[in-house]
Amino acid sequence: MLLKLTINSLYARLLTVSMTVLAISLSLMLYLSVEKLRSSAYTSFTNTISQTDLIVGSRTGSVQLLLYSVFRIGNATNNITWESYEDIINRDEIKWSVPISLGDSHKGFRVMGTNTDFFKRYKYRGDRSLKIEEGKYFVDLYDVVIGFGVAEKLGYNISTPLIVSHGLKSFLEHDDQPFKVSGILAKTGTPVDNTIIVSLEAIEAIHVDWSSGAKIPGKATPIDKIRKMDLSPSNITAVLLGVNSKLTIFQLQRWINEYPEEALTSILPGVALQELWRIVGVVENILLGISSIVILTTLMGMTAIVFSSLSERRREMAIWRAMGASPKIIIGLLMLEAFIISTVSVVVSTVLLFILLYFIQPWIDSTYGILVTIEMLSLNDIYIFILFILAAMIVSLIPAMRAYWFSINDGMTIKI
Amino acid sequence: MNEETIKLDTLRFYWSKKTGFKIHVPKFSVGQGEKVLLLGASGSGKTTLLSLICGFLSPISGNIYLNNQRINDLTADKRDQYRSDNIGIIFQQFNLLPYASVIDNIILPLYFSKTRANKIINQRETAFNICKSLRLPDSIKDMQASKLSVGQQQRVAVARALIGNPSLIIADEPTSSLDNDTQKNFLELMFKQIQENKSSLLMVSHDTSLASYFDRVIDINDILMRED
Repeated sequence: MLLKLTINSLYARLLTVSMTVLAISLSLMLYLSVEKLRSSAYTSFTNTISQTDLIVGSRTGSVQLLLYSVFRIGNATNNITWESYEDIINRDEIKWSVPISLGDSHKGFRVMGTNTDFFKRYKYRGDRSLKIEEGKYFVDLYDVVIGFGVAEKLGYNISTPLIVSHGLKSFLEHDDQPFKVSGILAKTGTPVDNTIIVSLEAIEAIHVDWSSGAKIPGKATPIDKIRKMDLSPSNITAVLLGVNSKLTIFQLQRWINEYPEEALTSILPGVALQELWRIVGVVENILLGISSIVILTTLMGMTAIVFSSLSERRREMAIWRAMGASPKIIIGLLMLEAFIISTVSVVVSTVLLFILLYFIQPWIDSTYGILVTIEMLSLNDIYIFILFILAAMIVSLIPAMRAYWFSINDGMTIKI
Repeated sequence: MNEETIKLDTLRFYWSKKTGFKIHVPKFSVGQGEKVLLLGASGSGKTTLLSLICGFLSPISGNIYLNNQRINDLTADKRDQYRSDNIGIIFQQFNLLPYASVIDNIILPLYFSKTRANKIINQRETAFNICKSLRLPDSIKDMQASKLSVGQQQRVAVARALIGNPSLIIADEPTSSLDNDTQKNFLELMFKQIQENKSSLLMVSHDTSLASYFDRVIDINDILMRED
């Protein structure tokens, strides 16, 4: 009976009530989508590289090593000699290794030298592997495999020729040794999408006539001569390592960090990713804070609306009292009202969230490489909903107490 | 023992010591089945008196008996319960919850009073029957109360006061919002129903022309002393 009459009462105030519900729903949805984006960003981010046990580079900070070796942001301060690399990979703990050589670029995209093991060993989002969407892995010395983003942004196809620039932002080009695209990788949502991959030998080849970062004047070795040269690399930038037994990771890490011949750093990618996330995650926390404040503001708004309707509903309260309703029932009615409004808002916000996600998901995926999964609400979301409904009922106590006070004092008097 | 529905004696009440508005009722009673008209202008303290009788307010001293139960001893919750069990109230106007249907408005007191609800087998049917005897058209029962004319609303208020047969009906100027013809019609229908229910009636008005309907007419100034 009370529920039915409360619903009737809300229905009679449909316009005001639906505006309130809409306002609450939008702020709840804002909160939920920020939360969703945050958790998706975290998942995408921390899954940028997986199943790699250690990353080795020259002595540097762990975040910096992660940034240049995985995210291709910033530069290595030093290289690793091939001898050190061989010392490391000859150890018993090592199951596999992928050498990486960085430093050059093409139209703003990083060029990475590696071997074909990279395509086999690089994993992301758990156990997903790189896949060739078109073409094949490099066979010829001057073949390149490009990431999905590179192909898309530069409009490259199989066999498109390209010139590698020396360094990251320079006008010096390796224009005497043009490459051509042999394969395009499928989209991954990782920095691999924006990477141009060549063989380690190719990196050596384009630097044959170079010394200390500059071209030796007048020297131009013809391509057919280069092809016959020994192009085994003497330096690499970083190494991805896999071990036979996880138990040996720390032991190996210490050995590498204490390697006497050269100053090296080895990091656990998972740990470094977490560390990096703590730095970039601050933004998300600020967003989350702001949307919590939005929810709080909405609750206050809801209270204000109930408050302003109280004086015109004073008569209604007197009728309830005359029928025998105790002041407690009056409080209960207002709380029930808050409960219905907040519950409906929760449902509406969920629907709005799914509609929003459905429309922006492809855009977020293509723009930021964050895969927002449209899935059932998490336990955390439901927890937040319950908390919100409780909060709404608690703040409704403020106008309810006033109605209580009215109803005790008005008695038979009907204030009009 | 003499059956009295209302009995007040040596009743004293004031809102607060500051305002100085005090009322004192030495003696007043309404017998069982008796219909009493209380005449008084607005501001004479009649609403305060009704609030005391209905248990909305508690006196400073003195006794209020309803059906021989001293109600000013009861806790606020018990007084609310006692009111819904024993009293049907009709206000001057705006009696109904505007958003609820006519039938829901009528059966609302039954939700709060088991005593009254237990006297009825089919609540909606009973409500409908009372409507019929008050000559309300059949079509209104599922209408929203706010859609009714003022005269119809007052009759629905009577139906609500009467349902479940409470021993006392209190009416605070129920006819003041009605025109003369409607007023007469309304009173006749209301009296017929109260007669059938054998309820007592205490009605407040300033209109002396209504006196002929009542067993007893009292000027409020004869029973209520104001001590300013």
